Amino acid sequence: MEPAGNIILRCEHLSRSFTTPSGTDYRVLGDVSFDVRENEFLVLFGPGQCGKTTLLNLLAGLDQPTGGFVEMQGEPVHAPSPSRGVVYQTTSLFPWLTVMGNVEFGPASRGIPKAERRKQAQYFIDLVGLKGFEKSYPNQLSGGMQQRAGIARAYCSDPSVLLMDEPFGHLDAQTRYMMEQELERIWRAEKRTVLFVTNNIEEALYLADRIILLTNCPSVICKEYMVNLPRPRNYVDPAFLQLRKEITREMDPTQ
Amino acid sequence: MKRKKYLWLSIVSVLCVLVLWELVTDVLRLMPSYMLPSPLEVCKAFAYKVSGGVNPDGASLWTHIATSLKIALGGYLAGVVIGVPLGIAMAWYKKVDLFVKPLFDLLRPIPPLAWIPLMILWFGIGYGAKVVIIFISSMIACVVNSYAGIKQTRQVHIWVAKTFAATNLQILFRVALPTARPMILTGLKTSLGSAWMALVAAELLASTSGLGYMIQMARQMGRADIIVVGMIVIGLIGAALSSLLDLLTSRIGGKKTKRRG
Ligand SMILES: Nc1ncnc2c1ncn2[C@@H]1O[C@H](COP(=O)(O)OP(=O)(O)OP(=O)(O)O)[C@@H](O)[C@H]1O
Ligand SMILES: [Mg+2]
Repeated sequence: MEPAGNIILRCEHLSRSFTTPSGTDYRVLGDVSFDVRENEFLVLFGPGQCGKTTLLNLLAGLDQPTGGFVEMQGEPVHAPSPSRGVVYQTTSLFPWLTVMGNVEFGPASRGIPKAERRKQAQYFIDLVGLKGFEKSYPNQLSGGMQQRAGIARAYCSDPSVLLMDEPFGHLDAQTRYMMEQELERIWRAEKRTVLFVTNNIEEALYLADRIILLTNCPSVICKEYMVNLPRPRNYVDPAFLQLRKEITREMDPTQ
Repeated sequence: MKRKKYLWLSIVSVLCVLVLWELVTDVLRLMPSYMLPSPLEVCKAFAYKVSGGVNPDGASLWTHIATSLKIALGGYLAGVVIGVPLGIAMAWYKKVDLFVKPLFDLLRPIPPLAWIPLMILWFGIGYGAKVVIIFISSMIACVVNSYAGIKQTRQVHIWVAKTFAATNLQILFRVALPTARPMILTGLKTSLGSAWMALVAAELLASTSGLGYMIQMARQMGRADIIVVGMIVIGLIGAALSSLLDLLTSRIGGKKTKRRG
């Protein structure tokens, strides 16, 4: 099955090595190639420490690959751009700014007039369910609310691709479950191409149109799954469980 | 709340010292008055100097305070105006760092007072020498704190700004400076304290006026009461300067710190 839609983001033979303190080369990403289609929800699924953040930073343009290249809409990616918004793994809100200040940071950097950027920011604050918390500071928000603000901030510079690096990794199970539902709601209201990184199989299956499996270091793509289940998904649906079993076996054949 | 409730403790502590002092001097006469004058004698000397008495050092208390403040604040302000931007530039621009750091690392361990002999050669014992010394000591504290503050900027915050296409200068002003703000304010405060201390020490060695000069002259004249007056005034002004700065800095960004706290 080929995924539908135009290719928006492409990486070819991407690899990344770091030099260890002892001077040897440490290869984190092997040879990774894949396409991302317009408006699809693509999940990169891999074990901890396998280089997911490294890969996402390359796609964002925050880091340069050792080999291979990244292309967005036919243009090579060399530097970060507002067209690729990022939601980070750790809390990345600016603690000295309010929720409003954080969300309007992107438009403000581009010199958009206050009234206009406030309107944009307010729209996304409302969309992620933070109405009434515009004037709160990040340390007054719960972990889940902080990630909502992070999502609103990424949306607010109107990116065509959203890169999300385990945004719910640090949340407790209950909040995480709720945030997955919220993210799906937000994404359906404001469709963007999403590249979502996780090491949680249920999260992957709940959100993804397509899942790419990464192996451990050096990371290479070992398999791809289309998830054609109707949304919103049900964690105990037999088809969901079946797919879950399949992927778990793939990751760990002893199971 | 708590502070108000236990205010009496602080009052008692000050009273204890006064009572002990009175006991040692007037009551038990353990210390002769030329070594430690009684509280009453000190009060009298204070009244005399405050009301414009010029003995034994040739000027009233107000003249000495004015001299000392002028030098301390002059040198301090120059130190801040140069030190803070320099520290920020060193932390943000690698080349500035590489250029300035070796010089700075060489000069930094030299105690401010060790500059005095050279400065006296250059500027005599007037204002110049002391202003330069205060300038050096407060500038160093400002550079060190601003530098450390900017270096605390988190990588992920820089990434966020970069993905929003912020320029390097925008990142400095909108991400690094807000991160560094608390440390820069700490630098302003510690350097004010050390400026005041360095000044009085400098005046002990080289001057013709100022609080340090006043207590030095009093020693030569055997006037322990004036020495104590001078020390108390030095302490009070130091404390007043520091609370004044607290007030100023909480005015600048008070709303934010309060709401965040
Ligand atoms: N700048 C760097 N220099 C050296 N090594 C690095 C660097 N960045 C990452 N690594 C190494 O690369 C490996 C993968 O890191 P990365 O953060 O990409 O993994 P991850 O899959 O995101 O992990 P996690 O699940 O903990 O988020 C780690 O072993 C890490 O030590
Ligand atoms: Mg990671």
